[in-house]
Amino acid sequence: MKDFFEIRWHGRGGQGAKTVALLFADSALATGKYIQAFPEYGPERMGAPVQSFNRLSDNKITIHSPIKNPDVVVVLDQSLMDTVDTTSGMEKGGIIIINTVKKPSEIREKYKINDSIKIFTVDASKISIEEIGVNKPNTPMFGALVKVTKILDFERMLKDTEEKMKKKFANKPEVVEGNIKAIKRAYEEVVSE
Amino acid sequence: MTKIVAKTGNEAMAEAMRQINPDVVAAYPITPATEIVQIFSSFVSNGEVDTLFVPTESEHSAISACVGAAAAGARVMTGTSSQGLALMHEVLFIAGGLRLPIVICEVNRALSSPINIHCDHSDTMASRDAGWIQIFSEDPQEAYDQTILAMKLSEQLFVPSMVTTDGFIISHAMQRVEIFDDNEVQEYLGEPKRPYNLLDVDNPITVGPLALQDYFMEIKVQQANFIKESRSKIKEILNDFNKKMKRDYSVVEKYMMDDAEFCFVALGSTAGTLRYTVDRLRKEGEKVGLLKVRFYRPFFEEDIVESLKNIKGCAIFDRSDMFAGTGGHLFNDVKSALYNSSSRPFLKDYVYGLGGRDIDVEDIESVYRDIKEFTENNGKGETVKYITVRE
Repeated sequence: MKDFFEIRWHGRGGQGAKTVALLFADSALATGKYIQAFPEYGPERMGAPVQSFNRLSDNKITIHSPIKNPDVVVVLDQSLMDTVDTTSGMEKGGIIIINTVKKPSEIREKYKINDSIKIFTVDASKISIEEIGVNKPNTPMFGALVKVTKILDFERMLKDTEEKMKKKFANKPEVVEGNIKAIKRAYEEVVSE
Repeated sequence: MTKIVAKTGNEAMAEAMRQINPDVVAAYPITPATEIVQIFSSFVSNGEVDTLFVPTESEHSAISACVGAAAAGARVMTGTSSQGLALMHEVLFIAGGLRLPIVICEVNRALSSPINIHCDHSDTMASRDAGWIQIFSEDPQEAYDQTILAMKLSEQLFVPSMVTTDGFIISHAMQRVEIFDDNEVQEYLGEPKRPYNLLDVDNPITVGPLALQDYFMEIKVQQANFIKESRSKIKEILNDFNKKMKRDYSVVEKYMMDDAEFCFVALGSTAGTLRYTVDRLRKEGEKVGLLKVRFYRPFFEEDIVESLKNIKGCAIFDRSDMFAGTGGHLFNDVKSALYNSSSRPFLKDYVYGLGGRDIDVEDIESVYRDIKEFTENNGKGETVKYITVRE
C-alpha cells in the first residue's frame, strides 16, 4: 500500500542520471501527476557512481526523505552492478532495467538477483552511439522505462521531450532528432526474460 | 492565469526574482545557492530583466553593495548560503538597523567545521538576531511564493527579509510549482516604497551616522518596538497575499491540531515529512498534529503558545544546535515562549539532520513513541535528544 511510485536511477557522473530524472518528472507533470526529482549529492566526479530519484503520485507529495524502497531501478551502466548494490531496498515485484549487451537471464545469473525481481535489458549505449553519435544512455533508458512501466503515455512523452529538447538544442536539430530516434528504439528493443 | 511547471527550489526562487525584476542584484556564488543567481544572471544577459547585476568578489561585498543600492532607493535582492551568509554577518546588522528592504534568497546549509555542503539551519540561525524577517520554505512552491511575499513585506515594513529553503533537499529537488503571470507579480508588488532616498539631492540626509550614549538606545528601542508591532502587520500583509494570490498561508501552520494530544514543531522541508507521518499515525488512531513555523523572525510567540495550549507532549525538531548545552534554537524559543503560559505541554528537543543527515518516517515515528513516553513520565529525564546518530 504505497502512496507513491518511486524510481531510483544509477549512473556514472556524466551519463545524465540527474538530467533524466528531471526530464522524467517534467514529462510526468505534463500528464497531471505530482512529481519529485532529486539527485543524491556526493563528491561528484566524471565516471563515479551517482544516483538520482523520482517520486510520482496522483496527490500532493509532502514527504522529503530519501527513497529507500524503489518500485523501479534504472541502471545506466551495467558495470556499476559489479560494485554498487543496485537492487538494494527493492521489494517483491520490483523492476530493474539495465543498459547492457546481456540478456536478462544472464544478468540474473551473474549478479544472483532473486526471482521476485523482474529484469529488463536494452543496449542503450549502442542505440545512443548509433542514433545520437555519443554514448549518452539516459534518454534511451527513459524510453525503456516508459515501455516497461506504462506509467506515461508514450506518444505524449515523446512529443513533450521533443519540444523541450528543441528549446535546449535550438541550434542542433540533429541532436533532437537523434535523441527521439534513440528513445523510440529503446522503447522497441527493451526485453524481458 | 497561473501556470504549472516543474522547478527545483533554486529555479523557483530565480523565477520569482525574474518576475520581481529588481533594480540591483549583487551576489557571489556558493553551493547550494549558486544556481539562484546563476540562473538569474542569464535572465540579465538575455535582457529579460532590467537589473544591474553586480558580481562581487565576496559575500561581504555583495551585501554591502545591496545596502548601498537599497539606501539609494533601489529594489534589491541577492542569494547566498552557509559561509556566504556568515561572511555577510556584520553587514546584515547594518541592513537591519538602517531598515533597508533587501531580500536574500538563502539556502540553508551547515556551517564549517567540518566542511559540509548539505542542509542544516545553523547558518540562518546564526543570523537570527540581525533584525531581519526570516521565512522558512517547505517546498519549491513556498520558496517561490515567499520570495515574492518577502519583497512585499520588506518594502511595506522597511525590514530586510531572508527566505530560506533547505539545501539540496529543496534547492535541488524538482517539484510541481504554480507560477503567477509576470504582470500579476508586478501588480501585487507595485512601485518600490522607500523610507528615504540617499540620492535625493534636494533633501540631503546622512545614512548610518554615529550615535553614542546620547541616542543609540532610543534608535535601537525604536527598532525593537517596530519589530514587535510588525507581527500584526505581517499577518495583514500575509492575508492580503492569500487573497490576491489565492494562497492559504499563515505565520504558523496548524495541521491536525484541533484534537491533538501530542504534536511536532518544525521548520522547513521536514515539516512536509512530518505531515505525512502525522497522516500515518492518525490512521493508527494516534492523536497527533503538526505545528509548522513559517516565520522564525519575528517570532510569533502568542500564536505558538495558543496553538500548544491543549497539547500534552510536544516534540520540537531542531536542525541546528546552539552549543550552549541547551539544545537547538527553536526549542529554546518555544520553551521561553511557554514559560508564562498557564497550560504548558511537556517539551522535548530532537536535534536532527545536521550536515544533511537523512530523516525519514521511521525516525519520526520513533520520536513520537519517545515523546509519548516522556510525557507519561511527566517530563523526567533528558530534554534534548540527538537522533539518527551512530551509537
